[in-house]
Amino acid sequence: MMSELLWLIVALPFASSLALALSGKHLSRLATAMIGVGSVGLSAIVMLLVGQDFLHANPVGTPVHQTLWQWINVSGFSPAIAFHLDSVSLTFVFVITFVGALIHLYSAPFMWKEEGFARFFSYMNLFVGFMLLLVLADNFLLLYLGWEGVGLCSYLLIGFWYKDPANGYAARKAFTVTRVGDTAMVIGLFILFTNYHTLNIQDILHAAPRTWAPGSTIAVTTAFLLLGGAVGKSAQVPLQTWLPDAMAAPSPVSALIHAATMVTAGVYLIARTHVLFELAPIVQATVAIIGAVTLIVAGMSALYQHDIKKVLAYSTISQIGYMFVALGVGAWSAALFHFMIHAFFKSLLFLGAGSVIAVLDNEHNMFKMGGLWKKMPVVFWTFLIGACALSALPLITAGFYSKDEIIWQAYASDKGSITLWLTGLAGAFITALYTFRMVFLTFFGKAKAEPAYRPGIAMTVPLVVLAFLSFAGGFIQLPNNMGHVTLFSQFIQHTLPVTVATASGHAAEWIAQVIAAIVSIAGLVLAYRIYYNKPFPAAEPVRSPIQRFFFQGWDFDQLYDKGIVQPIVFLSRIDKNDIIDRFYTGLASIAGLFNRGLAATQNGKLRWYAMALGIGAVITLTILLYT
Amino acid sequence: MTIPIEYGLLLAAILFCIGLAGVLARRDVIFMLMSVEVMLNAAGLAFIVGGAARGSADGQVMFIFILAMAAAEVSVGLALIIQLYQKFKTLDADSASGLNG
Repeated sequence: MMSELLWLIVALPFASSLALALSGKHLSRLATAMIGVGSVGLSAIVMLLVGQDFLHANPVGTPVHQTLWQWINVSGFSPAIAFHLDSVSLTFVFVITFVGALIHLYSAPFMWKEEGFARFFSYMNLFVGFMLLLVLADNFLLLYLGWEGVGLCSYLLIGFWYKDPANGYAARKAFTVTRVGDTAMVIGLFILFTNYHTLNIQDILHAAPRTWAPGSTIAVTTAFLLLGGAVGKSAQVPLQTWLPDAMAAPSPVSALIHAATMVTAGVYLIARTHVLFELAPIVQATVAIIGAVTLIVAGMSALYQHDIKKVLAYSTISQIGYMFVALGVGAWSAALFHFMIHAFFKSLLFLGAGSVIAVLDNEHNMFKMGGLWKKMPVVFWTFLIGACALSALPLITAGFYSKDEIIWQAYASDKGSITLWLTGLAGAFITALYTFRMVFLTFFGKAKAEPAYRPGIAMTVPLVVLAFLSFAGGFIQLPNNMGHVTLFSQFIQHTLPVTVATASGHAAEWIAQVIAAIVSIAGLVLAYRIYYNKPFPAAEPVRSPIQRFFFQGWDFDQLYDKGIVQPIVFLSRIDKNDIIDRFYTGLASIAGLFNRGLAATQNGKLRWYAMALGIGAVITLTILLYT
Repeated sequence: MTIPIEYGLLLAAILFCIGLAGVLARRDVIFMLMSVEVMLNAAGLAFIVGGAARGSADGQVMFIFILAMAAAEVSVGLALIIQLYQKFKTLDADSASGLNG
């Protein structure tokens, strides 16, 4: 039984991370890369073997359970180090190991000349290990360990070039902002534990519908707190501000952590605890609303960015917004399908952008690029495929099938509405617009900079593989009216419930699809009219207040700075000398007083000491004689 | 005639106080060393007076110990004084206050 090897998928990256951390200094770069890339590659191979077993299990979709050892056992609280593999976790494990291995392969030449090469791979492998722990955990405590572990690795990798203080600031910001959500999530887990006396996920999911009434206060509170964790990790409004700054990380890190895997942990959490969200319809509706707001907010910001990676960062926030919409309307399999396809095309786009940035000597500004399509054909064509998938060009791209399903379900599901559908369409238009703005500015027009070199084979192979998946990955799940292929949704339905649809019929679906297709093509055409082959000045433009508002991400940073950071700093400043502080500073100053007094007696003068001795003797004698 | 023990002890106490006053008042190390000698002899005198009063030789044995110790102490003390003079070009004890707290 290959599924016995499940633990190996997690253990390999951890082991390699440890090995590189301990002996990275003594290894050559080649050996480091072999260990760093090889471990994740092996993990991917083991995943394929385990997945093969899983698909041929009888009956299909039987979860694989593996307990390694007892972690803690204190008065009834006994979480184990145990893994639970079902179709949802397998989807995530597939993306983490497979896309992860491709990104690791790309990183080896990308980071070759950097200082701290072994450190980089050690962090990356540690991240993969923690992420796998997160999605495979069978109890919430282990899940939380992975959850915080990936947060730590994200922090370490955003601040990888730690010599620039701005990168350290971005790392701290990412860590602090996600902590807000994590705190909410921990409180949610406490509530779950006090109610069920266990943290085992499957046990809780089975017990919850029997003990909690739908819409009861406790169910709503718990689901809301878990949603807080998901919002923080997945960079949704109102905790999205950390992700654009996280682009300080090297590009492969952005591709792996801030596009493909870690930021979708929130989607995983909601899908995993879907029972709790179904018990709290208000919160589930909130999930959809958060997603809808986020996809518009982030999409508008992406339109005004100059930094190619920031466009992709806002785009990631926006696409995860789509996943949240799908989760909110109960289209579980659509959310996970878009997660998978998004992981393919967004990591492809990040790796492509990373190549462009690297060959142009660390140039991030799209307005200083241009005309690269002839000079970097492989990067251009793969980037174009990724861009087509992101803007969901109809019929040929995987992004169309995944995003169209979400937009359709936003209308057709029993929890959907026409507002959500229209928001999804508006988001699709904006997506196509900013995506092709990026493509036209970067690859077309007059060349403004000459590439220093061409990416080697180890960098182009991952691009080609991911481009193939961004194109072909969609055909495993086709809409009802076109072929009706449901490989993916059937696979997911072993774990998650089927979407309840109210609207149906091929006619309505056809109309919706045609509208969605027209909208995304309209975005492309508009981008072509505005940005294709137009001379743009490379300098930073003078922005109108509206443009600056969108450029700065709807001024959320300023809002938090003015509304939260500055009041707290102000309060702590005026609160510096309150009564408690005075007590402790008083203690310290009394001690200081004694110190100064006693130090003064040690003046180094021999006669002074002799006098003290004499006085002491007199006093002692007096006491002896007169008592 | 025998001298009453109180007289002897009083003399020893006066000598001791004179010596102590010398140590405290003088700044010259040589005078301080001489004052310490006075104090040592005062203590020796007290031993002898006490021994004589009890009619035993213990006090005189003790005095010989003190003499030997004083001789050793003076030799070390004078050596230190020479070092002090070479370092500070003065015999002022207060000048050597480098070990203050």
